[in-house]
Order: sequence, then structure tokens, then C-alpha cells
Amino acid sequence: MTTAPTRPAAAQGSVGTAHTRVEGRDKVTGAARYAAEIPFTGLAHGWLVLSTVARGRIRAVDADAALALPGVLAVLHHGNAPRLVTDYVGMLGVPDPTAAVFQHDRVPHAGWPVALVVAETPEQAREAADTLAVRYDEEPHDIAFSAARPDAYPVDGYTPAVTEKGDVEAGLAASAVVVDEEYTTPEEHHSAMEPHAATARWDGGRLEVVDSNQGSTWVQSELAAMFALDPSAVRVVSEHVGGGFGSKGVRAQQVAAAMAASVLGRPVRVVLTRRQVFSLTGYRSPTAQRIRLGADAGGRLRVLEHRSWNQTSTVYEFVESSAGPARVLYDAEAHRTSQEVVRLDVPSPTWMRAPGEAPGSFALESAFDELAEKCGIDPIELRLRNEPETGPVSGLPFAGRNLAACFREGARRFGWAERDPRPGVRRDGRWLLGTGTAAASFPVGAGASTAALTAEADGTFTVRIAAADIGTGARTALTLVAADALGTAPERVRVRVGDSAFGSAWIAGGSMGTRSWSWAVTEAARELRERLALSGEIPPEGITVRSDTTEAIGALARKERHSFGAQFAEVAVDVATGEVRVRRMLGIFAAGRIVNPLTARSQLIGGMTWGISMALHEEAVRDRVTGAHYGADLAGYHVATHADVPRIEADWVDDTDPDDPVGIKGIGEVGIVGAAAAIANAVWHATGVRHRALPIRPDRVLTGGTAGV
Amino acid sequence: MGPAPAPTHSAITLQVNGEKYTLSVDHRTTLLDALRERLDLTGTKKGCDQGQCGACTVLLDGRRAVSCLQLAVAAEGREITTIEGLADGERLHPVQQAFLDLDGYQCGYCTPGQICSAVAVIEEHAAGWPSAATDDVRPEAGVPELTAEEIRERMSGNLCRCGAYVSIVQAVARAAGAEEAAV
Amino acid sequence: MREFGYHRAADVSGAVALLAADPDARFLGGGTNLVDLMKTGVERPARLVDVRDLPLDRIEPAGDGGLRIGATVTNSELAAHPEVRRRYPALAQAVLAGASGQLRNMATVGGNLLQRTRCGYFTDASKPCNKRVPGSGCPAIEGVHHNHAVLGASAHCVAVHPSDMGVALAAFDAVVSYETADGPGALPLADFYLPVGDTPHRETALPPGALITGVTLPPAPVAARSRYRKVRERASYAFAIGSVAAALDVADGVVREVRLAFGAVASRPWRARAAERALTGAPADADAFAAAADAELSAARPLPDNAYKVTLMRNLTVAVLTELAEEAAR
Repeated sequence: MTTAPTRPAAAQGSVGTAHTRVEGRDKVTGAARYAAEIPFTGLAHGWLVLSTVARGRIRAVDADAALALPGVLAVLHHGNAPRLVTDYVGMLGVPDPTAAVFQHDRVPHAGWPVALVVAETPEQAREAADTLAVRYDEEPHDIAFSAARPDAYPVDGYTPAVTEKGDVEAGLAASAVVVDEEYTTPEEHHSAMEPHAATARWDGGRLEVVDSNQGSTWVQSELAAMFALDPSAVRVVSEHVGGGFGSKGVRAQQVAAAMAASVLGRPVRVVLTRRQVFSLTGYRSPTAQRIRLGADAGGRLRVLEHRSWNQTSTVYEFVESSAGPARVLYDAEAHRTSQEVVRLDVPSPTWMRAPGEAPGSFALESAFDELAEKCGIDPIELRLRNEPETGPVSGLPFAGRNLAACFREGARRFGWAERDPRPGVRRDGRWLLGTGTAAASFPVGAGASTAALTAEADGTFTVRIAAADIGTGARTALTLVAADALGTAPERVRVRVGDSAFGSAWIAGGSMGTRSWSWAVTEAARELRERLALSGEIPPEGITVRSDTTEAIGALARKERHSFGAQFAEVAVDVATGEVRVRRMLGIFAAGRIVNPLTARSQLIGGMTWGISMALHEEAVRDRVTGAHYGADLAGYHVATHADVPRIEADWVDDTDPDDPVGIKGIGEVGIVGAAAAIANAVWHATGVRHRALPIRPDRVLTGGTAGV
Repeated sequence: MGPAPAPTHSAITLQVNGEKYTLSVDHRTTLLDALRERLDLTGTKKGCDQGQCGACTVLLDGRRAVSCLQLAVAAEGREITTIEGLADGERLHPVQQAFLDLDGYQCGYCTPGQICSAVAVIEEHAAGWPSAATDDVRPEAGVPELTAEEIRERMSGNLCRCGAYVSIVQAVARAAGAEEAAV
Repeated sequence: MREFGYHRAADVSGAVALLAADPDARFLGGGTNLVDLMKTGVERPARLVDVRDLPLDRIEPAGDGGLRIGATVTNSELAAHPEVRRRYPALAQAVLAGASGQLRNMATVGGNLLQRTRCGYFTDASKPCNKRVPGSGCPAIEGVHHNHAVLGASAHCVAVHPSDMGVALAAFDAVVSYETADGPGALPLADFYLPVGDTPHRETALPPGALITGVTLPPAPVAARSRYRKVRERASYAFAIGSVAAALDVADGVVREVRLAFGAVASRPWRARAAERALTGAPADADAFAAAADAELSAARPLPDNAYKVTLMRNLTVAVLTELAEEAAR
């Protein structure tokens, strides 16, 4: 028995102060268990078999030899697998049918799941999968992506395909300065360190899945739809998640595990191999982007046209919304953006950290640097001259922008004022040096969520919310938010996440997780404090309240809601070998109220690190001969490692979203936006050569050389 | 005529974190899978299973190694130390403490491998081993200072996709007592 | 991965006898390449003979200033050894430029020489590859060959050898010793790797079942001033797209002796003898270095997407030799 908490004596809260991660000790001692690490009695191991052809039909799956191997329990394929419901609309729209495994004989791309082998041990399952005889009727494939494809067509995704005002051609004709260039970005992969893994178990008519995902109730609702179950009959648990970045939703492994568990009547675990992760879990589509800018001699934009193309699969329409930054950052009398897709015999792309904005900002912010060069205006000054009052496309007010403040603070700390604008004039031994900058923006918002909050009899509090901490620090952030909302110390708050039994909640995605969940926690805390003020005493089972933010979020006024930032990079380039090294980076962000400076800084720096990786390293190569990936592993697909990453600083200016109960915007994605452009602009400043194709590989630098330096 | 088929399983004893475990293994079983699937020591992570990420790093006879390319049967007779064996009871290893304090991680999945690797990096440096970042590898040049650049090169076999490298390097420097050199 | 037998060899003769008895057996050293290839189905041995415990783990003086390196010496031990660092610094640098600290602790000297190409067609058992399945074709020539060979390749295979260590060994005239059931033998590194021709699956001149027992580095005073530089697509933990091992002896501004070998340009570490000939007796300046590189690279036959390697190797050669010449002048 205890009495209700009272307001803290001091007004000083926990939000805004640095706290180490509440699960940190578990993570540094190896005690934190991830999806494939929860023990199950009687566990069987499933191994997926993927198609080796890029297009065609499965003629036959001859499972006899595989079934004769020691320990092999079952081989599932389109000929014998349970049927699924596939014509539903999920929480995030029409699902990518790649997850609905073994429903037909069609092979729409290389690496399409064609069978699951289940055995007593992983070693047995792997060998049986390797030797499973799958025969195909192969058809010619088409994987050639380019902007010049006549079959490209505009698609409304989460944003409109086309926005248009004014006369682009007339504006260009009347402009003193014009930039007209094409930029490309390659296929990029999330490459979370933890491969996708799921264990499924049926208990009566109930399905339980231990998973690695970005939203347990999201996965629960999709699995319930596919297996024609009431959502209450499905429980999805995902306590620790080894990175997601957009790739960890409903994928083949949960569905295949659930199918096999139902067929065998015992728990089945399916863990993807690293190579399978490349084929089955989505990726960022390559993009081709054409930008046309027209400006007066003073750099004021008259025309902004940003056209973007991306590839998608033949089974799913995914739009990489690369025109996003152009619709937010700059206005012009003639303003036109479009997003088109090309359907090819390739796997389905999906969201990947800063979808749209990451590749889109590379093109737009590179083009702006080219405009600054042509106008003879400092790149920061050029951007300040083109700050819009309202949303360039929507006309709506900004719920806080502060981009100019980011540039001013960043310029001061980076030493921008001392920068000689001429390219190719600084040298350090074999290295040419250069600096560059770029703007960043990413939309923010909140998704409806529920939370349960319990005042325990011992004076502590328990938050239960189906949030996902995929490395963002959400558990810790919610602890701080709850503590302040309850007027107590964070040590008295326990936050439990990653369990669909806690009720519906928004996903860890769209830079919306912490904001959405904090809102629900804040609402619950408010109600709990009211209850506690009335009740006085807490019974042994505690007092629990539930919140649901659906109504509050639905009532939000329409505004341009974004996080913003200014990116700065210094690079060294050896044009004799093509090597590029980033020497330092600085990012200053206006990203709303920062809940936990320690983990927020880590997340922003993490995004900027992705920017280095995107600028210099990442490129998944698809082989035109076989239509399949070439070198689909972490030796063939390079992500930045320690030696690539210098000292990076991330900081922020005062900012808030006045309509959010905590003032949060979102920080998960804005850190990567503009980072690759800042690096590419710095490479130009070092060498005098523009690199409009990512990644800026040694061979490209070598071939590009130096221009007029 | 071919040779007689050899046994495909063996009874072995593995010495992990000072404890002896006797088990029968399929020769195909890697040390990584033996730790995770057979001994319930799941702190050692499987990121790529191909020696391309470092998440499965353990110490073998005191030296770091990727356990995904080490067959369990071939690890018999060697002293194996995993992330679970670094702390002294409740007291964290200095490298673990530095990772915790400086937020040298995010999702945590590469973390056990980073920490095991860092423990070995500090010992390798103390033993005078040069690295690819060492300008002059000749012994006359002496032991290189453990600068940030040296730490980065030596830690490069451990990928972190969350992008926590900046604070990992700070944590390694702090644990090595090299914070000034690593600015 | 199929099931296999495992034997831990206690002595060299026993190891060689085990392999001689079973054509489907393989030696297991550090396992850093073989175990990976077994997982991907490229290698499917019926038994492994573990040679890690063999008494081949020492680095000893040989001849007048040479070194004999045991086959099971790990890459780490090799790179850390004071005499290697003193007499053949480029060898230590080459080893340190390869793989990662973890892999270098596992990988052996013998295994490093025998590692297989990282060509993505070779390592993916679902794709054709003449090296893996003779006669199945080489898709790299029409497909992805960004990091493939520009020297010594054939219409049957354009893969490159991935070793860094081997490039330095090639520059220093290393000799590989081996043991077979019929007795010991030795091969200079220059003869160790076979030309590609129409048999890319036959990679070395080792007799069947031979066990590498060690590598001997002859004395080479020129090697004391040597350097290895590697260019790759990230700053560390990646295979080379081009590398150079070089040693230079300059007197009065004239090249007295030079050693030069290239990595990541051919199916083997590429000793640049034409360049060495062109440079010996020439002035130690950038023009002569460039001319020497051109002499070697005139034989290059690049494909559409790897022509950059010719420029890269030329520039890298000039850069490394210039550094060595400046060092000599100090």
C-alpha cells in the first residue's frame, strides 16, 4: 500500500537530460535476447529455398531426396503449403505479396521464396535446402532500370505522383542561371546487423510468434489477416531488435515459420541467411533524378523541377518519394515535381531510412550547390535567400522550421566563414581537401497508439506499449517521458515494449515512433494521475489506465511538419587512386524537443554515418546475365566501417512542435538526409569535379580526375 | 575403391568462460552455433555467418576470432571467452562500462562482438602489434600511439549498421586509457 | 553443407597420408575461407584434416638474412614478428591490410596462399563459373567485372586472386615448401600459380594432396625499404581493387634494384618484371616510374568496366615508388 505520487519538488524534469539506456547493461553483457535466441522445447529449424531464376514458373519441386536426408521433417512449397488470404489491406496499405509464400508457381524475380525445408537441426535443414531439386520453366528477364524507360509511369504513393504550378519552360527561358542535370543513386540495402528471424508456435487455434520487427501489433494484424484469424488469436513478441531501418515488417520468415509450425504441430524457427536478407526483405530502389533549376542572378529561384524515377517489382508498386525535399525546402514561381516507377523482374523495394528524402536530397542539394557555383553565391547564402514562408506545394504554415538557424549555427561551428569558395586549391600531401554543405528535411508526424500505465502497489509504475526499440533508445525515451508526465523519477518507471498483447501502437518508422508512443504515454499518465488523486490508495494489483490517441491525433491541424537540418562535411580526395576520406562532419538539426540528448545524438550521428556510407560505399549490383544480385553479402555490399567514419558531431537548435504534448518531432531519419550531398559537394570543392552518380567510388574519382585545377 | 566413411559427429569438450561443456556435435556445427544453439550462450551474435561483419567475435586462447568460421569440433582444447565471460560478477569489464556510459551502441546486436574485439585490440596494442594505420611498422619505430585512427583501423572488422562508430571509438579509447591520444 | 569426417592431424606425414587416401578430403587451416565456401556450397569435402596443431608454427632465420615461415603461422603472428617488420616491412603491411584482426588471428600463411577468388560468380553456387564447374561459362566477361583481372586473364576466367600477403611474397621471391606422400618439394612463388588458360579450375602447381609446410623468404636487403599500398572501396576490411608491393634501392639518384608486384589485377599475385627491368638503372624519378608501370601495363587487356585499373595501377606504382625514393633521399 502506498499513496499517490506527488509532483516533484523541483520543476526540473527528466526529458532533456542525458540517460544511459535502460536496457544497456543487458546489451553490453550479452544478456539481451533477440528473436532467434529465445529457447523453445521441441524446436524445429526451417531453411528457405530461393529461386535461382529471375523469371518463370516452378515446373516441379522434387522433395524426395531432401526428405530422405537425416533429420528432415518437411518440405513446404506451392504444391502443398497452406493457403493464405492475400487480398486484404493492412495497416500500411496493400501488402507486398513477397511475404505470402508458396501460394503459386510464378517466379517474379531471382531470390523469390520457393520452398521451406524443416529439419531437426539447422545443419540438416541447410543441407537439405541446398540439395532440394527445384526445376523451372525459365522466361527472359528484364532488370534494366533507367529514366529513359518508355514504360515508366507516375504513381501516387504515400504522396502525390505529380505536383505542379507555373510554367517551367517559360521560367527557364527567363532565368539568368540554369542548372539542368541528372543524378543517380544505386540499389541500397538496410543491412541491419541482426538477420530477420521468427519462431512460430500454435497453441490450439492461437498463433504465437517471437519475432524481430518494427511493430508487433502491425505484424500481428498482418499475420491474422493472412491466416484468417481474429487478431486476438495472434500474439507477436519482439523484445530486442537488432536494427530495422524499414526492413522489418511482415516478411517470408514469419509466414513460413507459422505455416510449418501448423503443419508439424511443433515450434518452428526460420532465420534468414545474410544472402537471403538481400533478396527477401526489401531495399531502397535505385533512382534516376533530373533536376532543372532556374534562378535570377541573385540566386532567387524562378523554377524548380524535380523528376524522379525508381524501379519496383512486377508484384508490388513501391514509390521512392524522392521529390519530397523539393516540395518542402524551396519555392519557385514554376514548381514541378514528379515520381514515376518502372516495373521490372526484381524484388520489391520498400522503405529504407529516410525513404525518398535520402536519394532525393542527394540530387536536390547537389543541384543547389551547382547553382551556387554558377551564381557565384555562397551555398548557405543561396539557401537562406530561398527560404519559403509557407509550404511550397501545400501553402500550409510550417509547424516550426528553423532551417536558417541550423545553417547559421552550423556555419559558425564548422568555420564556414573561412572557406575559400574556389575548388581544388587546398592540399595536404597526396590529398586534395574540400568542404561542402547541404540542407536536410524529413516529414514528422504521429500515428494513433494505445498505452497501458499501471501504478504499482510498491510505488513504481509500469508502462506497457507495443512500441519497438530497434536501437533508437525508445525504451529509455519513454521512461523519461513517463517519469515527467507522472512527476516521478525515471528509476521508478519500468517500460515494457515489443508485445502485441499491449494493444495497438504505431510502428518504429517514419521518424514517428517516439512521438506517437510518448503521446499515448502522456495521455495515460494524465489520466492515471487523475485516478490516483481520487483513489488515494493503490490495491495490490495496482491501478491501470489505458490511453488511445486516435482522436487527439485525428484532430491535429494540417501543417507542414518536418524536422530540418544543416549538414557539413570535409573530405580528402586522392585523385591518383580515387580514394575519398571524410575527415569531419557536423550536423545541426531542428528536430523538435530532444527527449534524451545522449541517445538522440547517437541516432543523428548514426544517420550521418549512413550518409557517408551512401555517398562513398553502398551499391547493390544486379547481374544483367542472371538477373540476380552479384556479391550479395557484407563483403560485396560495403557499408561504412570504423575506418571510414571520422569524428562526427551532431547538435540541435531550440525547436518544438507546438501541437505535440511533449514538443517532439522526430530524429530517426533526418540525420541521413543531405549528408551524401554535403559529401559530394565537398568532393567537388576538393577536385572541381561533380559526381552526380552515387556511390563516389574510387574508379569514378579516378576517371573524373580534376577539372581545371 | 574409396576410403571408409568417417564419423560425422564427435563427442567434444568445450571450455567456455572457464566452464567445461561436454557435448556431441555434428562436425558441421560452428563454434557460433554450438554456443547459441547448444550451450544457450546467445550473447555471441550471428550477423552474416560468413566472417564479414564481426558480430560473432569471441576470444580463442585470448585472441579475437570470428566464431562463425570456427568449427566447434576444431575448437576443442582451446580456451573460449565470450561476452558472457567478461564481467567480474556484477562488475562490468572496463570496456563494457565504457560502452554503456558513452552509448557505444544502439540496437545492441553488434555490441558483444565490438566489445570482445575491443578487449583484444587493447591487448594487441599493448603487445606492440602494428596495424594498417601504423605509418612505420619497423620495430625500431616503436609502438604506435593508440590514436583514434589506430582504434578505427583495428576495430574495422566489426560492422555497426546503426552507425555507432563515433562513440564506440571513444569507449575503446576510454577503456584503454587513451582518451587524450584519441581526440 | 554435407556431413563430413574430421581428423586432427598430429604430424605432417599423418596429415598427408590422410589426404592421399581420400580425394574428397581437404586440409583445414584457419578455416576462414574453406568454412565459408562450405556454407555456400562451393566446397563439399567428405572429410577435413585439421592441420592447425602441426608443428609448422614458427618463424626462423634462413640463409643469410632470409626467413622461413611455417605454414600454420597465423597472419597476425607474421605481421607482428619483429624480423618480418624489420627485413620485409611491405610483407607486414600487406598482411595488415588484409581482412580484419579477427580473421588474421585465424588465417594461416599456407591457407592465405590457397584462398580462392572472391569473384561473385565463383562464390555463388547458383551461377555459372568455369573455375567452380569447368565448362559452365564465365558470366563475368559479359556481366559484372568491375573488380576483375586486367592482366593474364583468359576468355575462360577473369577472376583475381584476393591475397594481399601473396603480393609481397611475390615481390620478395618467396619459395613455397610442401610435403606429399611421395616426399617433400618446393615451388618458387613465380611458378606456384598456374596460368589461367582454359583450365581456371587448376589454380596451383602443387601436386595432388600436397600440404604446404612453409614459405621461405630469401635474403633481400632491398626489401628493408619496401612498402605495400592497397586501394579498396572502403577504408578497411575490404578486398583490394588494386595494390602494389614495392622495394627500392637508389644510389646517386639511380635505381640500383627494384622489386614490384601488383595485387587484384590477375589470377595470381602479379610480379611486375617488365617494370623492374625498365627501371633498373633508370633515374629514380616520377617519369621513369611511370614509364616502368606502362611497360608492365602495356600487356593489360581490360574489360569495359575495369579499365580504370590500368590507370590506378600506374598511379599507385608511381606514388609508392616516389615515396620510397623520397625516403631513400632523406
